[in-house]
Amino acid sequence: MAHYLDFEKPLAEIEGKAEELRAMARTNAEMDIEAEAKALDRKAEQLLTDLYSKLSPWRKCQVARHPERPHCRDYIDALFTEYTPLAGDRNFADDNAVMGGLARFNDTPVVVIGHEKGHDTTSRIEHNFGMARPEGYRKAVRLMDMADRFGLPVVTLIDTPGAYPGKGAEERGQSEAIARSTEKCLQIKVPLVAVVTGEGGSGGAVAFATANRVAMLEHSVYSVISPEGCASILWKDGGRMKEAAEALRLTAQDLQTLGVCDRIIKEPKGGAHRDRAAAIAEVGRAIAAMLDELDGSKGAELVQARRAKFLNMGARGLAA
Amino acid sequence: MNWITNYVRPRINSIFSRREIPENLWSKCDNCGTMLFHREVSDNLNVCSSCDHHMLITPRDRFLSLFDGGVFNEIAVPEPVHDPLHFRDSKKYPDRMKTAQKTTGEKEAMLVAAGEIGRTPVICAAQDFSFMGGSMGMYVGNAIVAAAEEAVKLGRPLILFSAAGGARMQEGILSLMQMPRTTVAVQMLKEAGLPYIVVLTHPTTGGVTASYAMLGDIQIAEPNALICFAGPRVIEQTIREKLPEGFQRAEYLLEHGMLDRVIDRREMRAELITVCRMLMRLPPPTWGDLPKPGSEELAPEALDAISAAKAPHPAKPKK
Ligand SMILES: [Zn+2]
Repeated sequence: MAHYLDFEKPLAEIEGKAEELRAMARTNAEMDIEAEAKALDRKAEQLLTDLYSKLSPWRKCQVARHPERPHCRDYIDALFTEYTPLAGDRNFADDNAVMGGLARFNDTPVVVIGHEKGHDTTSRIEHNFGMARPEGYRKAVRLMDMADRFGLPVVTLIDTPGAYPGKGAEERGQSEAIARSTEKCLQIKVPLVAVVTGEGGSGGAVAFATANRVAMLEHSVYSVISPEGCASILWKDGGRMKEAAEALRLTAQDLQTLGVCDRIIKEPKGGAHRDRAAAIAEVGRAIAAMLDELDGSKGAELVQARRAKFLNMGARGLAA
Repeated sequence: MNWITNYVRPRINSIFSRREIPENLWSKCDNCGTMLFHREVSDNLNVCSSCDHHMLITPRDRFLSLFDGGVFNEIAVPEPVHDPLHFRDSKKYPDRMKTAQKTTGEKEAMLVAAGEIGRTPVICAAQDFSFMGGSMGMYVGNAIVAAAEEAVKLGRPLILFSAAGGARMQEGILSLMQMPRTTVAVQMLKEAGLPYIVVLTHPTTGGVTASYAMLGDIQIAEPNALICFAGPRVIEQTIREKLPEGFQRAEYLLEHGMLDRVIDRREMRAELITVCRMLMRLPPPTWGDLPKPGSEELAPEALDAISAAKAPHPAKPKK
């Protein structure tokens, strides 16, 4: 593991020790350390299970933002075939924070749209850390329109800190672009399924997640504001993000209780970043299941059901 | 309280119950610092008579000056679950609510009413910035849905005055869900072929701007209103540069193609009457004095109010 989160420090120490022992044994053939190293492995394994079985909301935020977590591009590469990226909003630019296009999912042609954060400094800058500008939402609207015209289901993958707070983004109508994307989600007469794979950041997430089915990865989060932002506004102290994360009820588990999340996708032990292939496969199964649930529904029914779902949302609070 | 306020309130607010304003109170314009008589300010719709600065106006005061004769029927908004997340920061959410209710005298951050403007039947909804920054939670969502349903039921345009710092954090994800929820409400109007007119007032920001406040058939703003998704401070922190003068203000948005019109509050009523009547394919409005109470030309709401007041037993005003 190249990147340990702060709460994984004890784990890093144990795994480091085991690694050290094995490195020593490689240079000194007479040493028999395997039993000791194996014991350390078991200890690390147990610690990992313990840590991830009871992640606090703030730790979930950290896991959701883990740089090695699978991103949109990884899911598309592994789960879709014939991916044909389509670019541009036909108005101003192409926004690399949002990727999308035609693809096949289990041989069925679909439109796939998602936020891409990038995986290293160069690609992160290229994708603007997954923070879309108006052009990203307008591209999504264009793609959803096309899906609607040709009867293709839409799959969205959500992983964004939020819409980009920039000068140009505001001048070109960030609010209007988000509002139109949400509106389009509610209008299309084809199945729309969404997966929150990492961070569901506020309006920038809603614009893609106003779907017939919303699944969330076990350790993903979805919130009206980042815990840091909430803490700095309500506690006047951005450092109190742990309390804010608790109060906001942003975990997949709380959101399922509140009726915002329809399905939780189990992550491998230690989070999606520890076994990316397994996590991706599980997301694939969830997308298939959700599309299956909607299969055979008529266009008008899909629109009606989507609207009813969001009109009724939150009616019972945590008591739901 | 006189006989009529006894009878008619709280359902009907009218000229008869206009709030009494002490003659001798002064307030200071928060823009130019000019000392203004309270009465002068309220007669001028909270616009500074010296510099034209548009100060905050409550939904109730706005409606009193907007509707014909100050007569309107408040539309009941379904009560949402209180404190759905059991939220607390330095204070408990229910305590913050109680404080806001006490200081504003209102139940929540949005008021919905039916009435006539220039003899044009409309539904109006107005957000109350003085109530927890006008923030959008379940109640505001319910209010917008109720307003849209009433407009569809009666076949009237909906005029919405927005004013909010954004979503209500204390309701977490459920406040965020008001973005799609209110968008459904807007779609109801569009499908019914009814005009949806948004008047953006200072300030309209965040999730409110990124949902129902940007989806109007016509987008009007009050002068110098701050209208944005991300606030100027957040942007300055992100891009580390000073923003140009007037950035994200109504006139700036107009210049960038994001609005149809910027209209002075004192001209707003005439503007809304003109626009609503054209969109509803009604004949041009008759400008001038309203007919006397009791004449057949009076708005149905006013007639209801008068007949209710005259009735020997309390009669529920008709819808
Ligand atoms: Zn002034």
